[in-house]
Amino acid sequence: MTFLTKYSKVAQFAVLLAVFFLLCLLISPSESSYLWRLPPLLKQLPAIINESVDYLMFDWWPVQVYDPIIEDYEEEALFREFTRAISGFFLFVINFIREIFLGGNKTVVAFTSWDFINQNPWVRWPALPWTVITGWAIILGYRLQGLRLAILIAVCTTFIAVFGQWKPSMETLSFILIAAPVSVILGLTLGIWAYKSRVVEETLNPLLNIAQTMPHYSYLVPVIVLFGVGDHAAAIATIVFATPPMVRLTLLGLKKVPVDVVDSGMMSGCNKFQLMLRVLIPTARRDILIGVNQTVMQCLAMTVIASFIGAQGLGSNLMIALNSLRVGIGIEIGLCIVLIAVVLDKLSLAWANKQTDYFANLTFVQRNRYTLLALVVFLVGTALAWIGTFLFKEGFNYLYIVPHNKGITTAPFWQAAVDWVWDTFFYSLNSFNEFLITAVLVPMKNMYLRMPVVATFVLMMGIGYILAGIRQSLIIGGFLLFIALSEYWDRALITAYMASFAVVVSTVLGVIIGTLCAQNSVASKGILLICDFLQTFPSFIYLIPVIMLFGITDTSVIIAAIVYATVPATRYTVEGLRSVPQVLHDTGSMLGVSRMQRWLSIELPLAFPHIMLGVNQTAVFALFMVIIGAFIGTTDLGQLILKAISDPQGTGIGLTLGLCVAFMGLAVDQIIRTWANERKKALDMN
Amino acid sequence: MSSQEESAGKKQAIIRCESVYKIFGNNAKSMLRESDGIVDSKRFMEAGLIVGVNDVSLDVIKGEILVIMGLSGSGKSTLLRCISRLTDATSGRIFIEGQDILTMNHKQLVELRRNRMGMVFQNFGLLPHKTVLENIAFPLQVKGISTRNSVQRAMEMVHLVGLEGRENYFPRELSGGQQQRVGIARSLAVEPDIWFLDEPFSALDPLIRKEMQDEFLRLQGVLGKTILFVTHDFDEALRLADRIAIMKDGVVEQLDTPSNIVLNPATEYVRKFTEDVPREKVLRVRSVMEPVTATEVFGDLKVPVDAVIESVAEKILGQEKPVAVVNSNGEVVGTLYASHVLKVLFGGKSGKPEQH
Repeated sequence: MTFLTKYSKVAQFAVLLAVFFLLCLLISPSESSYLWRLPPLLKQLPAIINESVDYLMFDWWPVQVYDPIIEDYEEEALFREFTRAISGFFLFVINFIREIFLGGNKTVVAFTSWDFINQNPWVRWPALPWTVITGWAIILGYRLQGLRLAILIAVCTTFIAVFGQWKPSMETLSFILIAAPVSVILGLTLGIWAYKSRVVEETLNPLLNIAQTMPHYSYLVPVIVLFGVGDHAAAIATIVFATPPMVRLTLLGLKKVPVDVVDSGMMSGCNKFQLMLRVLIPTARRDILIGVNQTVMQCLAMTVIASFIGAQGLGSNLMIALNSLRVGIGIEIGLCIVLIAVVLDKLSLAWANKQTDYFANLTFVQRNRYTLLALVVFLVGTALAWIGTFLFKEGFNYLYIVPHNKGITTAPFWQAAVDWVWDTFFYSLNSFNEFLITAVLVPMKNMYLRMPVVATFVLMMGIGYILAGIRQSLIIGGFLLFIALSEYWDRALITAYMASFAVVVSTVLGVIIGTLCAQNSVASKGILLICDFLQTFPSFIYLIPVIMLFGITDTSVIIAAIVYATVPATRYTVEGLRSVPQVLHDTGSMLGVSRMQRWLSIELPLAFPHIMLGVNQTAVFALFMVIIGAFIGTTDLGQLILKAISDPQGTGIGLTLGLCVAFMGLAVDQIIRTWANERKKALDMN
Repeated sequence: MSSQEESAGKKQAIIRCESVYKIFGNNAKSMLRESDGIVDSKRFMEAGLIVGVNDVSLDVIKGEILVIMGLSGSGKSTLLRCISRLTDATSGRIFIEGQDILTMNHKQLVELRRNRMGMVFQNFGLLPHKTVLENIAFPLQVKGISTRNSVQRAMEMVHLVGLEGRENYFPRELSGGQQQRVGIARSLAVEPDIWFLDEPFSALDPLIRKEMQDEFLRLQGVLGKTILFVTHDFDEALRLADRIAIMKDGVVEQLDTPSNIVLNPATEYVRKFTEDVPREKVLRVRSVMEPVTATEVFGDLKVPVDAVIESVAEKILGQEKPVAVVNSNGEVVGTLYASHVLKVLFGGKSGKPEQH
């Protein structure tokens, strides 16, 4: 009895597992038994969603619209006109920015017509020479942080230009430069609104949760239906994906503003606008700008995936390269995406950390020296480009725009490296691959598929109940019910098997690496820097090296997921262990514990809730990567989502599948987050 | 007490609170209405409500320093926040120069704060993204005063609080004491005639606190504002106050001059605070002197009626004859016997209420 009271949770788990396995044994696979699989009652859901979207797009609220071609009024659905207007706006802005970078005539067309261009072929917006853009980026970096950032930017941009990826890079950048600001403004507005009103906050919260756990792919289908295909659609999908972190961090930042500061603003006689714009937002500036940083990173993460629905630039080039297994080019493009990510990440963080200027007596030149410098750079760059027209006779002016794929390329080198790896390690890699698939993955997959639905419910809800209480358990039950009643239960089990395998391996790896590095402060700092760096990679990039090593198999996906998901596990382990107060270390030392004892009985219990938050992140990351892995061929939910993109009825299917994945993620998130937060409170480790 | 209030009423009350209640919780208003003004905080607590301020009525007279003193949770800060309307009182009326601020709309309130009130906060409440100068100029800028004029005015305030040379520092680059000087300067920038200070020195080290208290008294000597000062430190209250309101559980236990509180604590709770107070540091000659009788033969020594006893004690105790007490015009208004002084300082509660 004493054992039961002392280890009541352990006992509960034991009972739960016993019941689970008993259910697995007793219930035999049979399609007619509801204990084995629930009937697909939600089968109609995709069709219903499709019909409602169609109705919205074509029939709802007809309005008269003047059509200049047939010179008469036509009846159109209001919503469709609305989405068309948005598409038009985005397309215009993206083209406008793109033409600033690369030149072109679409902006001129927007104000005149194609006829005008045909009659006046000389009308063309000139591109900015790459030297000018590089120079501006360097000045910006110098201004925001200093010489180190300026040098980093110089190296990155020059690399991109020299390797002939300038054009696709600028295409990608032009669509980020519209998606990111729109996301930021949208996120800021929603965040402020949520701060002002509790009702809004409580409504937004679940929506944000779902938006952040829905796989990227599933946004694409509805966006295609509503907005068509092209850069604008890609930008809109990106905005939907990139806004939630901005909302969250805005809200977080505003809530963190000390009461005294708010009060002092009010007593200084601020009205509501002054209070928001001059007191609250500036004080919450750091969190808000970190939100900007995250938003930019999310936008970059979407570049590759957005190319499915027509985003031009590095993403689509990468897709083409990977599709034709030209890994060398793929690595090069991937590197460019990473470099852009690094530059934008550092720039936005530098902005976040920069203090604003104060009243000071500066002369005109002092105040505007960076603008003046930028002007000088512009003039010099333009002059260089002009000189370039005389230097390069063969048609490519390298001082103006480095043409695509005409720069130096290292692709043959990488290709050779890949070939070498294949030639040298083919047998060992292949046998490892085969071993993993036949000895581990396939049996595991079969085990998952052998689970009766009732047993799964009992297990998940039981864990939820033991760790987080009855309320969480019911919420989890609701999430699972949705998946079980859709047609996709078996696919979801396959997704779950790949994700959970990755989570287990990542967690073990992460905790080991994290613990080792947490032993000393230099190593801790180092590993956190590496984690930061790895997290700036858009998730797709992780697939490149694994395809290179393992070809197109489940193994590749799982290994990519493991690598990707180990990052948060490591980071949270290090953070958790480092946050154990020094005084407890000292206490331990004075009590004469050994290093191992200290780790086991002091550090680990205290850091455990935080590490579990890391596991939570790991689960979400692994799930994302498994879904993205569909691109290189898996047979889970991801594959269906990918298929839905090219399906005319894809909206409903895509959204339903997306919700399935989101609910899987949220179920895990619910349990772990509730448990970890309560535990942290109990340990006073906040 | 009653005579005290009457005499206070005759002078001009800048701030007047009439039966102010502040109760936190969902249906505070209806609960309060049902209870008919008699609030039992225990009963309210059981109903899930927290009583912050319980039926407080007080006046703050023009030019005086009224210190509200109480321990944490006594409702002192809540009362101040009600008076500055940073929170809305649940019930009662609060007048500032005759205007009921509870009926003011947002615009009027903003006007009032922009022109009449200044406030200093415990944790300074400085804007972290603005420099010292910008922080001080902020209330002026908010009012719409031009940058040139507000900077000029802010510089004057910088000089007033002695922060010359640090005007372009950011708050994070300053010590606590310096930050609070900025807070004080900012609250005075619009030249308010009402000055609220919410535990302004509580976050500071003891030595700095003493220095800041002196600074505060110096400023008040120059400026003569009407001041409402909140503190949890009884010594600070005695040092600074013209009158002290001691609060407990949302109720004002006693409102009186420091001397009267020390000599005649109204409740057991107040008495506990006064027990360890060195009386010679609080009491003034006025509270220990005897009326003048015609037969008195004074020695050469004359002491001012408002002097703190500590400052004259040594001289008095050396006298064999009674000492003459004089007012600011040099007229003799009382007699001081060394033996009586000793009795009041070290004896029981034999002092008498101080008359204004």
